[in-house]
Amino acid sequence: MSESAAALDITDLVFRYASGVADVLRGVNLRIDHGEFVALIGQNGAGKTTLAKHFNGLLKPSSGSVRVMGRDTRAAPVADLARAVGYVYQNPDHQIFAQRVRAEAAFGPRNLGLSPSEVEQRVERALALVGLREHADDFAFSLGRGQRQKLAVASVLAMEPRILVVDEPTTGLDQAGARGILDLLSTWNVEGRTIVVITHDMTLVAERIPRTVVVNDGLILADGPTRHVLTDASLLRKAYLRPPQVTRVAQRLGDLGVAADVLTVAELYRQIAARVGPS
Amino acid sequence: MEPADDVAIRVRDLRFRYPGATRDALAGLSLDVCRGEFLGITGPSGAGKSTLCLCLKGLVPAGEFSGSVSVAGQTVAPGSAYVESSALVFQNPETQIIGLTVAEDLAFGPENLRRDPARIRAAIPVYLDQVRLAGYQDVDTYRLSGGQKQRLAIADALILEPEILILDEPTSELDPIGKDQFFEVLERLRRERSITVIMVEHAAEQLAAMADRVIVMQHGLVVDQGPPDQLYRNPVLFHHPQAERAPQISEVLFELLQAGLLPASQFTAQEEAGIQRLRALLENSVQPVAQRV
Repeated sequence: MSESAAALDITDLVFRYASGVADVLRGVNLRIDHGEFVALIGQNGAGKTTLAKHFNGLLKPSSGSVRVMGRDTRAAPVADLARAVGYVYQNPDHQIFAQRVRAEAAFGPRNLGLSPSEVEQRVERALALVGLREHADDFAFSLGRGQRQKLAVASVLAMEPRILVVDEPTTGLDQAGARGILDLLSTWNVEGRTIVVITHDMTLVAERIPRTVVVNDGLILADGPTRHVLTDASLLRKAYLRPPQVTRVAQRLGDLGVAADVLTVAELYRQIAARVGPS
Repeated sequence: MEPADDVAIRVRDLRFRYPGATRDALAGLSLDVCRGEFLGITGPSGAGKSTLCLCLKGLVPAGEFSGSVSVAGQTVAPGSAYVESSALVFQNPETQIIGLTVAEDLAFGPENLRRDPARIRAAIPVYLDQVRLAGYQDVDTYRLSGGQKQRLAIADALILEPEILILDEPTSELDPIGKDQFFEVLERLRRERSITVIMVEHAAEQLAAMADRVIVMQHGLVVDQGPPDQLYRNPVLFHHPQAERAPQISEVLFELLQAGLLPASQFTAQEEAGIQRLRALLENSVQPVAQRV
């Protein structure tokens, strides 16, 4: 695998789960470079998860190609792909299987053939990052949903992959939990890792993720800076999505001079305050 | 005080502790819910929201239980029968989907209540349509996406035509329009059949639009409650980095209020009302500028 190639390079990807049934992906082209932080959004059933499962070779194209750091996923050994790409599942209970929290987080790195001390270090670091260190000896399934979600993330973080794919990481989390996970992903991104997040949480995308890709009906409907994509209400409508509430509010106040590309609460506040505040 | 027969749910000093836990999941919680009321429940992970939902359905988990719970006139206690006039949508749809096909899964609930088979068959497409799964009758349930499973679980509850609908984060995996459509279905059900709705939800914007009252739970207790326009003004619970999610419109108005740019009487958590308040604010401030020009 090559550092100079794109992190993920997808060309004319077509995928169907069985012959004779409709294509789930109908010709996807997408390139994600090293160090990018990308949101994949789209309606339920649009093909987001199916697309993401191609990123680590869990699924192989029916036609077209997926290259991970330059290697075609049909040719690359699963072990190499697993080392390069970490995948956190939508439902943590599909992923967690060990009895204890610590054992769950250790499973991945142990299978990478690391030394026991290296495994232990990585597990400690990953559990600390998600705030589960004090639960290291607890039963994994006695944790609440939000904590199981964090454990699922920690288990993948412990493998320290170059590319991290996270499917709906904030489902079932409260606001503080969701922001905590995003903080964590941002930190990893700043360290140079490539992060792809599948989410329905437009607020978090607007606040935190610079590039947004809209998947609709097995195709890429839009791909660009989040500020362009998330403020285009008619485009989003086609994908059963809509801009964050502050963006909708700003656009309804456009005739009074409020900018149409507002993405966050702070931005809308500044727009209003600048007009009504003491001059 | 509401007359007693207007109370759909009455909870008094409810304590519950899971086996081996070091603290109570529910710590002496009291709550009344009126017939036809839409009650929103919010609060951080681990506050006891899901445990409360289970108790309200009569599915008291194993553990230490004290206090009293009455739902539609039926007393709930450990080992008591589950409450037939209420339906619960679980947080994780996988917990409740058991049919091999979508139609089988939908029929399971009403069949167990011995409803007329012909009526069940007729109802299936109606409820699938309501959750945007029209035509999915014969699809294998394991093939559904996460969001589709969640919508099926919602249809499973709706088809029972319950008096009381208990929803534990039913829209967490739905896309934004799917969330809106789900809330529209609820609104219609309330209009047509005046059902009581108890809903655990982090989607503050929809809660603010729909709920008559929202309660905030922390550590097994209700720490604040009120109509959305009142509740979302609480600066301890909302509007800071560690806070629960509040509607974005309420966050903007709250900041304007803090800065002295908006009178407190103008605060709201509703989108439409918020737009009107901001519009008035901007129009009033534009006037002097125009005069200066």
